Amino acid sequence: MLRKNRVLLRLSQCSPGTAGGMPKEHISTSHEEDSLTDLLSLGGRTFASRLIVGTGKFSSPELMADALAASGAEMVTVALRRVDLDMPSKAITDFIDQRRYLILPNTSGAADAVEAVRLARLARAAGLPPWIKVEVIPDPRYLMPDPVETLKACEILVGEGFTVLPYIHADPVLAKRLEETGVAAVMPLAAPIGSGRGLKMEAAIAIIIEQATLPVIVDAGLGVPSHAAAAMEMGADAVLVNTAIATAANPVRMARAFMLGVEAGRAARQAGRSPELAVASASSPLTGFLRER
Amino acid sequence: MAFSDVFDTSLIHDAVERSVYARTGDVRDALAVGVQTLEAAAALCSPAAGAMLEEMAQRAHASTVERFGNTVALYAPLYLSNHCVCTCTYCGFSMGLDIKRKTLRIDEVIREARTLGQRGFRNILLVSAEHPKHVNAEYLAQCVAETKRIAQYVGLEVAAAETEDYRKYVAAGCDGVVLYQETYDPAIYAQHHLGGPKKSYRPRLDALERAARAGVRHLGIGALLGLADWRFEALALFAHARYLEKQCWRSQINISFPRINPSAGDFAPAQPVGDAQLVQLMCLFRIAFPTAGIVLSTREPAALRDALLPVGVTHMSAGSSTEPGGYAAPGNAGEQFQLEDKRDVDAMSQRVRELGYEPVFKDWAEMRSAPYPVAAP
Repeated sequence: MLRKNRVLLRLSQCSPGTAGGMPKEHISTSHEEDSLTDLLSLGGRTFASRLIVGTGKFSSPELMADALAASGAEMVTVALRRVDLDMPSKAITDFIDQRRYLILPNTSGAADAVEAVRLARLARAAGLPPWIKVEVIPDPRYLMPDPVETLKACEILVGEGFTVLPYIHADPVLAKRLEETGVAAVMPLAAPIGSGRGLKMEAAIAIIIEQATLPVIVDAGLGVPSHAAAAMEMGADAVLVNTAIATAANPVRMARAFMLGVEAGRAARQAGRSPELAVASASSPLTGFLRER
Repeated sequence: MAFSDVFDTSLIHDAVERSVYARTGDVRDALAVGVQTLEAAAALCSPAAGAMLEEMAQRAHASTVERFGNTVALYAPLYLSNHCVCTCTYCGFSMGLDIKRKTLRIDEVIREARTLGQRGFRNILLVSAEHPKHVNAEYLAQCVAETKRIAQYVGLEVAAAETEDYRKYVAAGCDGVVLYQETYDPAIYAQHHLGGPKKSYRPRLDALERAARAGVRHLGIGALLGLADWRFEALALFAHARYLEKQCWRSQINISFPRINPSAGDFAPAQPVGDAQLVQLMCLFRIAFPTAGIVLSTREPAALRDALLPVGVTHMSAGSSTEPGGYAAPGNAGEQFQLEDKRDVDAMSQRVRELGYEPVFKDWAEMRSAPYPVAAP
């Protein structure tokens, strides 16, 4: 019931009056059915939302909490290096309702496998869920992940029972190698972190999606909801967004916009797009009558 | 190869001279294509660019938010010692000066660090004057290790060292090294560094590379503004930062623009740098190095610090003391220089929030050595 109300609320918010003259109930019912059955299955859990939100760069923890709520996300990622284990009352995790959101700790700051593994263990020891987004980034400028060290870290952490989600360059072979280690998903980058440039790695991400046996979560570089929608239309299972929401002029509205973009892209993917043609194709063919005879 | 092998001051001087003739169009070109070359950097520190400061500041602000978000990291300096064997004209710790000298014992270092820890700091910069007997590498490594129990991020701003000593600091948990060249002009450097190991220009110039090779993750560079022409310092600093970015690609670069403040030596800067030039410098470096940290200390007055924050600042000190022991037991040693921004950390945090930024105390986790045991399950 709660879920239904939420869906109805969303639609009534996004379409004042009626959309295209169609009765509101009609849209919401079909949408509701979609969203009830179309769950993201990840690491043995299911999620109705396919938008994962990052918690960095917000101007205040209160604003972050509001943006998380507006995003409809059910999973949020937190850099362990930002969590003050000595001062729990001031910790960023204090502003994240863990009944509502699964916290996905990340190893931001780690420059090699040893450091990533250490951070993951610290996160678990601190009582955070045994989920870990592996980020191994030796390059502080472009923040490109190290494929070799990422693979090593994932092997160790899978072995230790973590649900592992590696952040990777859009490298199809690496994605397959990681699948073999037992990770829960792969998270290829669309463009450099925080750049907001959109699906710069589109061709490689398409190969990763085509070959995947695990969820593919497009992470990093999505700047606007249309980028997120495009990733979902390509067949991504989910997207992760942080900077584009946190540094928008109005992060709460942008969070909601991303929610809608992700939902639109997912719905379009499931609806099955019409083919892209190099030439025009009339919607009402002039010679259709010849075939009707 | 080291930076001193490729750094040619005559090229910098030439670029400074040409920058005087840069036109608005040159500045716009540099802003449009990005500031990769010395020529483009020269355009952005030109008088023509000075007239376009608002445009540059808007660019710098947008770039900072994109990379760092609406946050600013707060840190505190912890002065270990003012015993010094160097004679530097501008410094309040200079050897000949009659001030109360003190080197903190380890228990005093811990007391200082705890005091800072209680105030919320998780990023502490250990600062020391240069004295081979009182402040040797073993002492510094021990200070790092002890401070690391309280703060997750520990930086060092101490004498230039050899790779071997930097390795000791890293093994103890040192995350960053700050080492200002003071001035990149060797002749002016010689006029101000009259005695002690710091007198040697070249080993200092190459020290940060040694630190990076030893595994130091964050490199802090800067020039002490007021000694030489600020445009020369800006372009030399630009060349140094570009070099480090390429050669030490695993290390994050942080840049600071310290201006000379009054100290016990009553030193008057030969070429004082005004607020507008400081803003221009900050804009130039933010635009040229969008991923570099920009550090602003309490040397500058409160109102100016507040105004500079949105331009491009990513790290600020707060509630600082430049006197060894000055947090837990103030008044027992001479300070390095006078601070302008005397707000305590709570007032500073409050102001940062009012300005629309989140003050971040902890942005680092101990990843290498283990201050407390974390075992595999």
